Amino acid sequence: MSNPFAYIGHLERELMAAYGRFWIFAGRTWSWLWIGFSNRRNWRLLTPQMYEVGNRSVFVIMVTGLFVGLVLAVQSYGQLEAMGLAERLGVLVNLSVVKELGPVLAGVMLAGRVGGALVAELGTMNVTEQLDALRSMGTDPIRYLVVPRVLACMILTPILTIYADAMGALGGWLISVVMYGVASEPYWYFTKEAVVSWDIMTGFIKSVSFGTILALIACYKGFHCRSGAEGVGRACTEAFVATFIAILVSDFFINVMLESIYKALWGFTPLVGG
Amino acid sequence: MARVPIIEFQKVSKRFGTLQVLDQVDLRIYPGETTVIIGESGCGKSVTLKHTVVLLRPDHGEIFFEGQRIDHLSEKNLATVRVNFGFLFQMGALFDSMTAGQNIAFPLLENSDLPNDEITNIVNEKLRMVGLDGVQEKRPAQLSGGQRKRVALARAIALNPKVILYDEPTTGLDPVRSDVINELINKLKRELGVTSLVVTHDMASVNRIADRVVMLHEGQFRFDGPLAELRACNDPLVKRFIEGRASEQELASLGGGVAR
Repeated sequence: MSNPFAYIGHLERELMAAYGRFWIFAGRTWSWLWIGFSNRRNWRLLTPQMYEVGNRSVFVIMVTGLFVGLVLAVQSYGQLEAMGLAERLGVLVNLSVVKELGPVLAGVMLAGRVGGALVAELGTMNVTEQLDALRSMGTDPIRYLVVPRVLACMILTPILTIYADAMGALGGWLISVVMYGVASEPYWYFTKEAVVSWDIMTGFIKSVSFGTILALIACYKGFHCRSGAEGVGRACTEAFVATFIAILVSDFFINVMLESIYKALWGFTPLVGG
Repeated sequence: MARVPIIEFQKVSKRFGTLQVLDQVDLRIYPGETTVIIGESGCGKSVTLKHTVVLLRPDHGEIFFEGQRIDHLSEKNLATVRVNFGFLFQMGALFDSMTAGQNIAFPLLENSDLPNDEITNIVNEKLRMVGLDGVQEKRPAQLSGGQRKRVALARAIALNPKVILYDEPTTGLDPVRSDVINELINKLKRELGVTSLVVTHDMASVNRIADRVVMLHEGQFRFDGPLAELRACNDPLVKRFIEGRASEQELASLGGGVAR
């Protein structure tokens, strides 16, 4: 295309069309989520997906969580110690892990591990006409393939995030208490005072959202990838980039929304000196 | 009495980007007949086949099955129409994660409430029909190309469809395996009385199985008639295709690029 404006216009149309297609795909998944799982026969499809998403991700998620906690504690100790607030190190580490880093990094890690596998599996099924074969036999591929995968990610991302949070808390404790000698009792006392149910719920809402987002994007990209090995490979990369951005963007909006709700209900609560 | 078509295309058009693949085509498929669609690679034969079960939707025009318009139905409503069709895909499209037996049982599990032992009996019966009893527990990766196609054919006939669609059934097979597939197509027609719509560019296959031949060229049907008429056809383009001769233009395009 010789005219750059025409080219930009063409790209914009393509982008908007893809965006529209994604939301139609998400809408159809949503409708099948209820219809499909009101039938007990469909439950058998969920178990293998739960195993794929959950059991096989536990180790990488725990390692991610542990190192997040370790790094946070190492980086924060010096500053807090200088201000005489070393005993509050647990507040910083655990609040960061539970509200923000646990869900986000677990989401990103799962986008790589689970999302990549989903795109590759569904993309290969797409280019080898297995999706068309399903449709030709009267089976909706969204009900049969997408719904169990989305549901498995929705259910298991929060559970895996709990693993990441627990390991993050352990990492923070190891550095603060075991390595730097911060007293254990005040460390946990201040943590317990600061990390409240609302923070845990914030992390839970985020992780459910991130799990849904990563599964929907991965399945959509798998269903719409171009033919050949190159098409599947490109879809994997595009899915990871799109999921990463979508997680960060939705994280921002969920934060804004939840902060507003919290302030409206309980007002502002300072963590130090309040 | 006028024959009633089981499948009918009315002024169907389909475009991909700037490429007009089907241009207002009319097509009638009659019950019990084997209709073969021939044409050059990439001319839109498989696209035509996929429109038959609305795996692709036309940009314009209407598609009917047993007198009922189907091209505008939702995916959910199409499911009840699609069980009347068996589709043999070009590469078989067997599910990699399942065994051959599970592949054949799949449409039965999804579309019926039959007990497991009855499903097992049907799987064994269909595999016997395609001459492959004993491969029930094998994965698609453990089967040869010809065996995969026969398992895929067994899956296509699992629900006793009224119409079987074959997308390049002999592509990638040696002449002997191709002949086995051709004989199977004839056998299924004889024994089950099914209507067959076959897409191919294998003229040996056309000569073995076709009752009627349709040639697709540049989005339109260039020839439509019985096999005997095809052999006697004087259209230079049709003749060149059935004799497997390249045009002067196509040969000229090779130019000096051919290594000696």
